[in-house]
Amino acid sequence: MAHSGINILFAGQNFTRLLGGLWVSAKISIVSLVIGILLGLLLGALRTLKNPVLRTILRLYLEFFRIVPTVVLLFLFYYILPKNFNVNLSAQIVAMLVFALWVAAEMSDIVRGALISVPRHQKEAGMAIGLNGPQLYRYVLLPQAVGLMIPATINLMTRVIKTTSLLLLISVMDVVNIGQQIIEANRQVYPNGAFWVYGLIFILYFLLCYPLSAWARHLERRQNNNA
Amino acid sequence: MATPLLQVEHLEKSYGDVHILHDINLTIATGSVTVLLGPSGSGKSTLIRCLNGLEDFQSGQLTFSGQPVTPNAKTWQQLRQKIGMVFQSYDLFPNLTVLDNILLGPLKVQHRSKAEAQEQAVKLLKEVGLADYQDAYPRQLSGGQKQRIAIVRALALNPEFMLFDEVTASLDPEMVRGVLEVLRNLAQQKMTMLVVTHEMNFAREIADQVVFLEEGHILEQTPGQQFFANPQTERAQIFLNSMDF
Repeated sequence: MAHSGINILFAGQNFTRLLGGLWVSAKISIVSLVIGILLGLLLGALRTLKNPVLRTILRLYLEFFRIVPTVVLLFLFYYILPKNFNVNLSAQIVAMLVFALWVAAEMSDIVRGALISVPRHQKEAGMAIGLNGPQLYRYVLLPQAVGLMIPATINLMTRVIKTTSLLLLISVMDVVNIGQQIIEANRQVYPNGAFWVYGLIFILYFLLCYPLSAWARHLERRQNNNA
Repeated sequence: MATPLLQVEHLEKSYGDVHILHDINLTIATGSVTVLLGPSGSGKSTLIRCLNGLEDFQSGQLTFSGQPVTPNAKTWQQLRQKIGMVFQSYDLFPNLTVLDNILLGPLKVQHRSKAEAQEQAVKLLKEVGLADYQDAYPRQLSGGQKQRIAIVRALALNPEFMLFDEVTASLDPEMVRGVLEVLRNLAQQKMTMLVVTHEMNFAREIADQVVFLEEGHILEQTPGQQFFANPQTERAQIFLNSMDF
């Protein structure tokens, strides 16, 4: 077993480097999810208003981020922003920006759907005690919509985490990128290193996403039982 | 006669091409109980909802406490603190406890102190016999209990006028009495009320005046006793005969 391929994971700094890459992926996911979900709550609430101009703009925003593939979005922001707008952002910041805007778009649809599922009578009951528009959302509609949007939101979270694997394309040092570097650097000593490195990356992603996925299923089942 | 609390003049309401309310004229005296009767589909609910701005209307003038009402969102939002409404389906907020349901308006709309509002809420809960349910959630209550809480929620804003839209219609018979008792007490305390109901015995007992609505027209607006003893129109006679009481 002196030359077993699994040792590639423990040679030198390899293991800590991979974990470091995972942390970059996790950090980008967390930051973009926090910003994106907050922004999505606001946009989703705005999409339930009657203003046709606002609705159209927000609808276009949603469709743009839903239709354009994430890779294309990343390239757009990574290459076009600096070149045509003279804005130089690090790859990680670009990644967070693109993902946050993407999450906000998807989230706005989840939020809108949940808000319009709250019975109309609830809104009228809130109006009848004198609540104004923002108060209606804050105290009556959003609290009741949150339960409806949690499963879809958790699904979105796992999608975001998985999609960080694309970030190597704009040279973010994420876990996949570092894995590839390790494989390249050790090709002579560990010819089958790819198996072990990608195997570990698989397990790491699984550990991040599976709990979320299980949680979503649990919540969905609980909601069905309550309904 | 003192200034009426509410005056409705020439109110017209339609949904698209469908004319729902025709030239509604209505006067409600301070401290009186008006019962709004009529067959289903006659526009009772629409009318009562026009009076706190949940429905808009095409033309007509409302005057509340001597002040003409400009029907826009801002005016209605202010006015709804003075005009409480209770619905058939209770519509308590399921995510809040009983006490928080009641305190939402006083604290967030009227910006009153928590101590004072809570003291009043507890007092009102005692009056409807539900003092022990402050921390319960709506799903833990029966329909009759929910409806009494909904009434307390409206009263907690210290309204001058209360609208009741078929508040016993979705209750089991044994729950109805408790809710009617609450309304009866309010009438005794000289709360001005407009009540839509199908409980005819209760209507006869409580009504200072009866407004009889059919197909969006007010056919009668008469003192309560007179309406039940001697309805003026044939339509009202038929309606009374059709009701089992």
